[in-house]
Amino acid sequence: MLDELQVQELTEKARQLRVDVLKMLNAARSGHTGGSLSALDALTVLFFHQMRHDPSNPQWADRDHFVLSKGHAAPALYACLAHAGYFPLDDLKTLRRLGSHLQGHPDMRKTPGVEVCTGSLGQGLSQAVGLALAARLQGRASRTYCLLGDGEVQEGQIWEAAMAAAHYGVDNLCALLDWNGLQIDGEVDKVMRVTPLGPKFLAFGWHVLEVDGHDLNAIARALADAAACTGKPTLIIARTVKGKGVPFFEHKASYHGVPPSDDELSRALEHLGHS
Amino acid sequence: MIATRDAYGQTLVELGRENPSVVVLDADLSGSTKTALFAKEFPQRFFNAGIAEANMLGMAAGLAAGGQIPFVSTFAVFASGRAFEQIRQSLAYPRLNVKVVATHGGITVGEDGGSHQSVEDLAIMRAVPNMVVLCPADGPETAAAVRAVAAYEGPVYMRLGRSKVPTVFAEPTPFVIGKGSCLRPGRDLTFVTTGLMTAQALAAAEILAEGGIDARVVHLGTIKPLDVDLVLQAARETGALVTAEEHSVIGGLGGAVCEVVAEGYPVPVERVGLRDVFGQSGTAEELLAYYGLTAAELVEAAQRVVRKKQMP
Repeated sequence: MLDELQVQELTEKARQLRVDVLKMLNAARSGHTGGSLSALDALTVLFFHQMRHDPSNPQWADRDHFVLSKGHAAPALYACLAHAGYFPLDDLKTLRRLGSHLQGHPDMRKTPGVEVCTGSLGQGLSQAVGLALAARLQGRASRTYCLLGDGEVQEGQIWEAAMAAAHYGVDNLCALLDWNGLQIDGEVDKVMRVTPLGPKFLAFGWHVLEVDGHDLNAIARALADAAACTGKPTLIIARTVKGKGVPFFEHKASYHGVPPSDDELSRALEHLGHS
Repeated sequence: MIATRDAYGQTLVELGRENPSVVVLDADLSGSTKTALFAKEFPQRFFNAGIAEANMLGMAAGLAAGGQIPFVSTFAVFASGRAFEQIRQSLAYPRLNVKVVATHGGITVGEDGGSHQSVEDLAIMRAVPNMVVLCPADGPETAAAVRAVAAYEGPVYMRLGRSKVPTVFAEPTPFVIGKGSCLRPGRDLTFVTTGLMTAQALAAAEILAEGGIDARVVHLGTIKPLDVDLVLQAARETGALVTAEEHSVIGGLGGAVCEVVAEGYPVPVERVGLRDVFGQSGTAEELLAYYGLTAAELVEAAQRVVRKKQMP
């Protein structure tokens, strides 16, 4: 449960992160806007409230792990890592440039704070199960968080991983599903229906929660609920809006893989109260 | 005579006793891959992924990222095929410390037939950056190689076989990744071989000696990184090479050797292997004979390559 001050602080953090996500995508001239913005509030609560991590010691053995399985939302992750202090905010301008440590999709060998390599959809949840199993084998209290896309769960490997996580009772694993309803080719349920999501994961043996993915308090409560759950992994289905925070990007599949133009950036920043 | 998979299973148990970081994953084939031996002694460190190879490789990547040393086993056709992209993205791209030990490589899988016989796994794995690719000749070399890869930090693909194979390395020999071994000196040509074909090459060299042809035998237990110096030395000193592998002639050992000699010291090469075809059902022995993976075939290839070398 967040108190009023925490909600204010996290809301302001999320606003700053959105500003930086839009700026870096505009500077990069390519990248994924819609899904970075939809996932951003969940990431804000994870990185600035829930997770135990130490940006001054990224390899701290008892840290919580985060896996961005929907790796194309890398700009949102990079903004969180920079704001948390893993690397200078200035680096964000180098997104997707030759020689930058900020690759188009997350790379554990290049970016401090990135735990695994993701971007080929469907693979992150398996890696998260492995990280959680390693922590359990080593007797560590560390938890593993994994952010999935809703289009991403069309990949069969997600369900292999879902089966394994439940089979091995990996209760130090919490997946969040960014249910924004859109993928590149259009509405997820028209491209390839994935609903009902909750009943599917329930049937696979998961503890399932559903929240408004832009309600910081609700996200924090769900994460606390997940941490208290024993014997099974937790899925938090976060109902979100693609492009959230910039009205002319919201609910549009066309901004899945398109960065803001200069004009769109200035209008978006104006909307976010950033001069 | 011991199957390389048996040597693997036994060595894995020893490693498990010595190093608590070693974990093992299998995809419902632990009785065949011999990881069941490890599972029996270390049930907490063994993860059966069920028949779900993609997730198995992904879990292994996560375990490695979390500081464990995962050995992952299934048949070669599934490891290099079904789980190829997981090996590429989740293991090789991040250079994670995962050992993919794929058993039932090649046609000596036998009766299960072509669907289960990997004839292209070495080529596929060799093409992936950061991957080390091994194909030991016999039980003792496999045991040494398993220890070498456990000590090595990074992704490895090791191909093992189903059937019992003769012992080539009778004396204990340390396995050095990237280094081949000259098992027999010779001046007229060099057999450059891997896996179970090395024993056939040694037999072929004996036959050739009776006819006055002096064949060198170089065994490459590592396909990548290739022992370039040893191959080029053989090319310079014997002027003709015959490669042999239980694999397609495309992209595996034969391909790798041709790349090296074409750039470094061009000499005639004969490649013995499957001629761009799939396998089929049969006994291991029958299939080796059918596809020409025998000492007799190596003798003929050697005679051809020596004639090529003597052409003006």
